[in-house]
Amino acid sequence: MDMKATKKKLGLKEKYAHMTRGLDWETTYQPKEKVFPQATFEGIKVHDWDKWEDPFRLTMDSYWKYQAEKERKLYAVLDAFAQNNGHLGITDARYLSAIKLFLTGISPLEYVAHRGFAAAGRNFPGVGPRVACLMQSIDEVRHAQTQIHALSNYNKFYEGFHAGASHQIERLWYLSVPKSFFDDAFSAGPFEWMIAIGFSFEYVLTNLLFVPFMSGAAYNGDMATVTFGFSAQSDEARHMTLGLECIKFMLEQDPDNLPIVQKWIDKWAWRGIRVLSLVSTMLDYMLPKRVMSWKEAWEIYFEQNGGALFNDLAKYGIKVPECIAQCTIDKEHQSHQLWLTLCTHSHAMGLHTWLPNAEEMDWLSAKYPNTFDKYYRPRFDQLRELADKGERFYANTLPMLCQVCQIPMLFTEPDDPTKICYRESEFQGEKYHTCSDGCKHIFDDEPEKYIQAWLPVHQVYMGNCWPEGTDPTAEGFNPLAKYLEWCHIDLARDGGDYEGSSDQANFAAWRGAATQNT
Amino acid sequence: MSTVFIAFQINEDTRPIIEAILADNPHAVLDEQPAMVKINAEDTLVIKRESIEELIGRKFDLQELQVNLITISGHLDEDDDTFTLSWKN
Amino acid sequence: MAVTALYDYQYPAADTQDKFHGNQLLYVGWDDHFMFAAPLAFVLPPSSKFSELVENTLTFAFGRHPEWAKIDFSKVVWLKSGQPFVPEMDKTLAEQGLRHKDVLRLQTPGLNGNGTYF
Repeated sequence: MDMKATKKKLGLKEKYAHMTRGLDWETTYQPKEKVFPQATFEGIKVHDWDKWEDPFRLTMDSYWKYQAEKERKLYAVLDAFAQNNGHLGITDARYLSAIKLFLTGISPLEYVAHRGFAAAGRNFPGVGPRVACLMQSIDEVRHAQTQIHALSNYNKFYEGFHAGASHQIERLWYLSVPKSFFDDAFSAGPFEWMIAIGFSFEYVLTNLLFVPFMSGAAYNGDMATVTFGFSAQSDEARHMTLGLECIKFMLEQDPDNLPIVQKWIDKWAWRGIRVLSLVSTMLDYMLPKRVMSWKEAWEIYFEQNGGALFNDLAKYGIKVPECIAQCTIDKEHQSHQLWLTLCTHSHAMGLHTWLPNAEEMDWLSAKYPNTFDKYYRPRFDQLRELADKGERFYANTLPMLCQVCQIPMLFTEPDDPTKICYRESEFQGEKYHTCSDGCKHIFDDEPEKYIQAWLPVHQVYMGNCWPEGTDPTAEGFNPLAKYLEWCHIDLARDGGDYEGSSDQANFAAWRGAATQNT
Repeated sequence: MSTVFIAFQINEDTRPIIEAILADNPHAVLDEQPAMVKINAEDTLVIKRESIEELIGRKFDLQELQVNLITISGHLDEDDDTFTLSWKN
Repeated sequence: MAVTALYDYQYPAADTQDKFHGNQLLYVGWDDHFMFAAPLAFVLPPSSKFSELVENTLTFAFGRHPEWAKIDFSKVVWLKSGQPFVPEMDKTLAEQGLRHKDVLRLQTPGLNGNGTYF
């Protein structure tokens, strides 16, 4: 039988060229500007969209193939986890506070990222970025789904996992921090979105979230989280590359793009850093077995890696964001300041906190020789003293929030860690308060945007945060209890100190039952 | 000089990949962490398809790396034979 | 700088005083006392006397700190938006020009949690 020699398969570069170019069409009955109305208003000038190249050169067919393989691996592990009481393998149930924060604060953002990249893909007139945004959009919805699936296994046994993605992201005071970050990015144009999420968040900051944290999950026996975390992170490497490619593309297309891009980098570096400061508490306080300190993670993934990146971008005229000086100061303080805040507010949270024990404080002293013993150990000691007397301290009044990052005004002055940093602006006769020079600068640049902020503390005081039918004038009205009910938090189970919680009691009982027959 | 890096999950798929990378990049440094490894290298790191194929005894497509990849740093250039990270231009 | 937008970008502020049912917001921070991690937000009628603010509202919020009872209010320093402010105890918030979303800092020299700033 005659058999023709099969033609050699297309090389990667040829395949990428065929499958990401010439896929669209020229418009006929509508002008192109009407089909892509968001392409130019931000001021970014693009002369040749075909100069966009995805360094991974991933095409849709390969994308489906490898994503399917990742899913099969992930679900095999999740099945094994569920079938083998995987939840009892973790070091301690208090570890789950970190996972609750992840599920309630991060997973809903994955979903918004899915929507945002779908919108960016729709709005870019170039085919290369459209294909890349499409893949990222699908990745992000996969992340939201797999995280919720994986963590639903904990929801069968532990408190606080029941309403994060559905109700709490729009209601809980500390979750307004990540939510408002993504709302800010999504309500910008497509190019700013790419710098905000694609570059600042994915390239510069996401390693800080996923890499040390997931390694920490592994160290603490949490097979479910490690698996979805690494599965998601395998996509992040591609997202990071897209973010970097996007910024190079903008800078190479036209020199007029430089000041716009620089402004966005400055803004979104600070916005991202403030959001991720919550992760500092995960690394320093929430993992029973610790992998590295926040400060160490910051130095590896931000200072060294970000330093290499900004060295490289210098050839385009990009400067290191000004906020870096502040960050170098903050890395010594922020996890402690934030954890002290969470510890004194967990009576209004959907997860447990605890005061660090003696061994943990020694670890913190060793990791933070310049600051922990001098400023923070005495505060934990005094909180411990109160707790030991049965008077665990929780703040009884709502905190003042930053108008931009929405974190309580807990951060201190750059030159004095014993003084709260107050910054103030006035716009159209109204006062606005921010927590730092970084947030004030962002406010002052676009006040029209941030005056609309949905600040939970103010909303509570306006009376907008009770369950329907609540009468705040009724006798014995308890605003905190009604607010928590509206947030779908059952305070007796979900919040407060881990010491004495039902999670603690259940974990001990079930772990006991797993090793004994009585 | 700037450092590039690549991190992988630790599993049976990545064992020969890591071995090949370390053999091909004598200047690379292995950093082992729970469930993952990070390979750091000054300026450039090259992953070669052929070296991996020699160790696993079958054809290997460099895009298979994506399944177990955790993160990278540096500019990427990928073709059929090599996967290169660098801060060079 | 205005927001770069596709259209005239004008939206109302979310937290104007008219939305607080006749009350106003006032923020108060007690310097050097990190038992209270951040300054606190209060919602009060503009007709509240400053003495009521101190004796009721602030005492409820800060009173669990053992140093609160030791404060001699004739010797404290108040700052409004970072500038010295001398409150009149018998006057209302409105009468002494405390506006919606003003921020006060209370400084109590000599009291700082015995040097721990707690």
